[in-house]
Amino acid sequence: MATFWVLSPIMVLAALGILFVRKAVHAALLLAIVMIGLAMLYLSLDAPFLAAVQVAVYMGAILMLFLFVLMLVGVDASDSVIETIRGQRALAIIGGLLLGVVLVVGIGQVSLGTTVGLDDANASGNIPALANLLFSDWVFAFEVTSALLITAAVGAMVLAHRERLEPKPTQADLAARRMQDYATSGKHPGNLPTPGVFARHNAVDTPALLPDGTASEASISRVLAARGTVRSAPAMAEDVAEVEKQIGAAPHAGRGASAPATTEEEAPAT
Amino acid sequence: MWRCVMTPYVVLSSILFTIGCVGVLTRRNAIVVFMCVELMLNASNLALVAFSKQNGNLDGQVTAFFVMVVAAAEVVVGLAIIMTIFRTRRSASVDDASLLKY
Repeated sequence: MATFWVLSPIMVLAALGILFVRKAVHAALLLAIVMIGLAMLYLSLDAPFLAAVQVAVYMGAILMLFLFVLMLVGVDASDSVIETIRGQRALAIIGGLLLGVVLVVGIGQVSLGTTVGLDDANASGNIPALANLLFSDWVFAFEVTSALLITAAVGAMVLAHRERLEPKPTQADLAARRMQDYATSGKHPGNLPTPGVFARHNAVDTPALLPDGTASEASISRVLAARGTVRSAPAMAEDVAEVEKQIGAAPHAGRGASAPATTEEEAPAT
Repeated sequence: MWRCVMTPYVVLSSILFTIGCVGVLTRRNAIVVFMCVELMLNASNLALVAFSKQNGNLDGQVTAFFVMVVAAAEVVVGLAIIMTIFRTRRSASVDDASLLKY
């Protein structure tokens, strides 16, 4: 019973968290906590096989599937707070509270009598006893389950399969489209400029400098620019000075033209 | 031998079921709604296993096992449907799939 009293508050808190967290990934992790707790409760209820199945099927298969779909759908697909039906949320919470009170009070009133316990039923081990039942009394349900699993697998493949409506563009098609873009909108048909190559940094977050000393936006990934992790030109200028100090080079030997962006920074010193 | 009472387990199961129920009614993200359905299934499983111990009969555990199998099949198909809806409508919100209303 100690297992129960330790686990149940954690499980209820985690389950309540599913109602309130904004991100679906956090809800999935909280659900994992509830499921681990349930597996432990199954162990304490003399159901070791179900505990193993709970961990393998729910944690291993179902939650992984949830996380995969979250990854495909977009982790930041958080909930909207707009109610389409007015007062639905309040009504749902009131109804849920009523249901909870009725269930808890009703079950609290019922006297379940003495617990028989599974010691006799599990005398030859839990798994052999379950197998005896599964392959005698429940054998028809067991066979139907196999049909259900096959149907589910085929159904998932049919639903997730996407029919290609037009032929895949070949390399020649792409080249022709690029030249068409060049003819109509003047978009450069060649490669985008590579990231900047400097003394310290040639990583993809370092923009190349244009001849006028400004950073070229096309040389860095749009994603990096959106995240705001692009290195700025003044930061690179500081690095240039540091590198010069380290290699002991003359302070301004022959880099007046190569790094114009640094001239504003160094202007007071010179 | 001291036997524990099963009432707290069933009460916990009903609390989890209620939380799952409220979650299905209030959350808008289809995937989270689905997780709450799983929570309700798990809660009913806990009640089944507890009653199995109460009655000294393994039928409850077999039923819980079948519930798990059906839940796995349901999740596979349900998530495939959510994926398809997301692919065509770019949204995983249950409010956006309302074409049949009009």
